[in-house]
Amino acid sequence: MKLKKGIPVIDQGDRLGFWGGKFGGNFVPETLKKPIEDLEIQFNRLKNDKSFIKERDRHFNNWIGTPTRFIKLNNLTRHIGGAQIWSKVVSDANGGAHKIYNATVHCLLAKRSGKKVIIGDTGAGYAGKMLSMAAKKFGLKCKIFMGAKDIKRQQPNVKAMKKNGADVIPVYSGSQTLVDAVSECMRFWVANCDTTAMCVGSTVGPAVFVRICGWSTSQISRELKVQLINEFGEVPKKLKLYNCVGGGSSSFGFWNEFMDYNKKQVEFIGIEAGGPSQSKKHAAPLTYGSKIGILHGAAQYVNQNSDGQIEETESISAGLDYPGVSPLHCFLKDTQRARYTAASDEEALKAYQIVTKYENLRPSLEPSHAFSVAIKEAKKLSKDTIVIVNSCGDAYKDRGILEKKLGKKYVKSN
Amino acid sequence: MLNPINLAFKNAKKENRPALLTYTVAGDSSKKQSLEILKAISNYADILEVGVPHNTPVADGGQIQTSAYRAIKNGIKMNDIFKIVSEYKKSKNSKPVIFMGYYNMIFQYGENNFLKECKKSGVNGLIVVDLPWPENKIFSKKCKKNSINFIQLLSPTTSNKRLKSITRDSHDMIYYISMLSTTGGKLKVSPKKILANYNKIKKVSSKKNCVIGFGITEKTISNFKKTDGLVVGSQICKEITRSLNNRQNPVINVSKMVNKLKKKIS
Repeated sequence: MKLKKGIPVIDQGDRLGFWGGKFGGNFVPETLKKPIEDLEIQFNRLKNDKSFIKERDRHFNNWIGTPTRFIKLNNLTRHIGGAQIWSKVVSDANGGAHKIYNATVHCLLAKRSGKKVIIGDTGAGYAGKMLSMAAKKFGLKCKIFMGAKDIKRQQPNVKAMKKNGADVIPVYSGSQTLVDAVSECMRFWVANCDTTAMCVGSTVGPAVFVRICGWSTSQISRELKVQLINEFGEVPKKLKLYNCVGGGSSSFGFWNEFMDYNKKQVEFIGIEAGGPSQSKKHAAPLTYGSKIGILHGAAQYVNQNSDGQIEETESISAGLDYPGVSPLHCFLKDTQRARYTAASDEEALKAYQIVTKYENLRPSLEPSHAFSVAIKEAKKLSKDTIVIVNSCGDAYKDRGILEKKLGKKYVKSN
Repeated sequence: MLNPINLAFKNAKKENRPALLTYTVAGDSSKKQSLEILKAISNYADILEVGVPHNTPVADGGQIQTSAYRAIKNGIKMNDIFKIVSEYKKSKNSKPVIFMGYYNMIFQYGENNFLKECKKSGVNGLIVVDLPWPENKIFSKKCKKNSINFIQLLSPTTSNKRLKSITRDSHDMIYYISMLSTTGGKLKVSPKKILANYNKIKKVSSKKNCVIGFGITEKTISNFKKTDGLVVGSQICKEITRSLNNRQNPVINVSKMVNKLKKKIS
């Protein structure tokens, strides 16, 4: 298995949509073959269409707000005393997270194909919130599928979705989290694909959804590359990019522009959700050696039992609480371009406390996982090493959990 | 020699009616009871689809999901399902059995092992919901080699070009999904339109038996008397749930229902 240079990773799949011959593909019911093929034709045409890219960039610039900040965390760097710690503050984007890029692109595609309704799944509620924002902006009706457990634990985002006029449909099947929300959303699409567009909230699902999402979030690394050159005059000689990995949309977007650099120069570190330290359950299929299986239309490393039933996950972070992971990350793991590890619930909470103590930055629980590992590793790295953490979400949505775990006073003071 | 699935269609045709195919989930509500249900409905049904329960089913509606989750909760494993089939096949009035499920279950078992066990236990055909054409080309060839029918699915969204390729690569039986829906949806398309699509398929591939599924219930089944076969699934699963909730015996209730279905198309 080999990563090719000079070709975008999203376009390195084979004829049937498999990366490295075995990750991804289109394991979908016959009914979805046609709408998926239509979307593929549309996307393949538009991703090279200058007027479409201009339109995308106009919305990215004027509505989402680009570029998001790239800042040095001076106090944290001093406190840790190793590598320089920086952050790409993607939570600056309109709506407060990276999910806005994919949502915007899907709405643009839906508009162009004449669809009136767009549906989507959500875990932490960001994908849903952003899709509801974009749908409102572009005049589309919007339905969001969300696990009943997630609805309870991510109320601020649920309120935002409703305010934007979206129907939030609670999913009560299975573990009542993201995995069930994606299934229910796909089922709805099976029954309504003639009138409705579907947005998959991460770089997961049938191949074309993986590609569209990766293409959209790559805005993050396009910006970062320019910012690095402005700051350092070049892409630094020792650069490490830390990002949490649930489905894998923010990390893929954070890394994409640097794919062709030698990994000794630009290293990618993906941090999965290890779950509570006392629990055997986790959401870290890459770290803990899960087997390849089929989930939501794609072959990937996924938590499952020996029969092939998908296993329940556990994580404090709803956005990372997914048993599978993007085929793109499976490909980056097996080609050894990226390194994957996990942080526990407790480690993420601790990292959140450290970051908020020293910096005027409030990463949500998802990037707090990445901060945990970055802080640990930065200690041992030289001062000329540039560590960058993608702070891809804001903790406002987590205030309920943070209050419960860390106390009211702590949350208020931040 | 005709294979058992073709034979079942032929027998139904002799009686001038479509073949009746039922769908129940293996292990619903228990291993023992699902076997009893299979035996009981064999008096009326021609071919039995046995659902292999999966916990992330992307094409199943509420009723079948409920049955599948119930079976999984009660501990059903792939090997138990093979055992249920081989036990069933020992009964004197046994009918052809078609497994219906999702590809991950086959993938984890190993394609070759899976087919070996199918053969051993007496499974006659396979419907793999999320392994469409052309992704299924290699696996369907393997099935053929093992004398197991790989049943291709067609839907209202299938283009004419695909229709031709898929029917060309299909074995003895084709499954037409009546409408854009998960299983258990209400029939939202007129029977006339469904039959027009059915006839289009028969025109392209007249020799193969084509069954219609999705939205087929006691209420709608008599609209489709002039077809090769009809599948009833969700209504049966719903009846199992209803029986359990009312503390009645699902075996008796389901078998009554299948009897009624048969009468409506006879």
